[in-house]
Amino acid sequence: MKPATNPTSGPVLQLRDVSRVHGSGEATVHALRGVSLAVAAGELVAVMGPSGSGKSTLLTLAGGLDTPTSGQVVVEGVELGTLTRAAVAALRRRSVGYVFQDLNLIPALTAAENVSLPRELDGVRTRVARREALDALAEVGIADLADRFPDDMSGGQQQRVAIARALVGPRRLVLADEPTGALDSETGESVLRLLRRRCDEGGASGVLVTHEARHAAWADRVVFLRDGVLVDDTGYAPSADSLLGHGVGQ
Amino acid sequence: MSIRHGLLALLEDGPRYGYQLRAEFESRTGGTWPLNVGQVYTTLARLERDELVQPAGADDEGHVFYALTAGGHTEVRTWFTTPVQRESRPRDELAIKLALAIATPGVDVRAVVQRQRTDTLRALRDYTRLKARADEPDLAWLLVLDSLIFQAEAEVRWLDHCEARLTRRTPAPSPSRARTGGARRTTEEASR
Repeated sequence: MKPATNPTSGPVLQLRDVSRVHGSGEATVHALRGVSLAVAAGELVAVMGPSGSGKSTLLTLAGGLDTPTSGQVVVEGVELGTLTRAAVAALRRRSVGYVFQDLNLIPALTAAENVSLPRELDGVRTRVARREALDALAEVGIADLADRFPDDMSGGQQQRVAIARALVGPRRLVLADEPTGALDSETGESVLRLLRRRCDEGGASGVLVTHEARHAAWADRVVFLRDGVLVDDTGYAPSADSLLGHGVGQ
Repeated sequence: MSIRHGLLALLEDGPRYGYQLRAEFESRTGGTWPLNVGQVYTTLARLERDELVQPAGADDEGHVFYALTAGGHTEVRTWFTTPVQRESRPRDELAIKLALAIATPGVDVRAVVQRQRTDTLRALRDYTRLKARADEPDLAWLLVLDSLIFQAEAEVRWLDHCEARLTRRTPAPSPSRARTGGARRTTEEASR
């Protein structure tokens, strides 16, 4: 069994009654309303919902890229609202990795340089950052491509680089927004397997925004947003053994 | 599919007795279709009546073996070379339920859709979990799992589609408009 809730370390990410309002008066839009969500260490949570339901807003708030109108965002025990802008930026670089649909890899840098860049920005020495980058690339299964440029890689390989970059160094929280976007279904699945394994074995936690049920199914639980409200939740997965015991088709 | 054809296909591999057929049927389909041994013996009796199988001796413990007749071999070949007819599949309870929900007063169709979607996603997640730990060589089991996964996924997509249609017809009783994209468009269309 995975540590669905670990009382000693607490959740890696916690949203407490978070709301986000854009604009005012007639043009007011409630992007999120009173959303509460906790993601434990080793847990992968998928967020589904129609376009405009607030999925991406949830992700940008979770990553400290935007500030809630009310409520609290807590990353690794630190409430972001209590920090200065610079401290949020530092926490973000240290603790949070992003994987976007458009990968944002820098074409003039090799795979290893792309992955080590955020660590160097964090003040880690080049040699150490490079070693961390090589470790991260090895973890996603493309150690041999470290010195290749993004343009010389397949879409699936580039996506692995983006994931390695999201997970390099001590980061434990991965936020992924449609990370399988442009990939064919087989490659998309391998990306999900990778995220899954990082959570199972690497102790990472993840929030995955996707509109593909088949991809969301790799998560431990799936939550649904509609009009900015969390409307439903599959709950945690039972163990695979108990699934086999019941006869899966029943 | 009928149990009848499943048993015939297993017998193509050589004579078997009832318990063996039941065990193999379940293991090859990953336990997705549990059979009781009574069903197996009733089916074998009918197959014998139709001259598709015949008794082929017994072992020391008294298990009676069955083997395919020439007609049985032909039946198996025909089964594998003929597509499964859609109308022979069981009726879709969910589609019927939703159709009735729309016409039944006091039923919140959207809630029916959402509950079903959560449940189907839960199943989809559980199948995916089994697939993640399935052994690569067990191809038969993987194929069965993939089939369950694709069916569940199709059901979720269809439910999404139902919800979008319902939203177009009857705007959600929500006080504010959704922020961007499709949801806003559907609200506007509905208010026209």
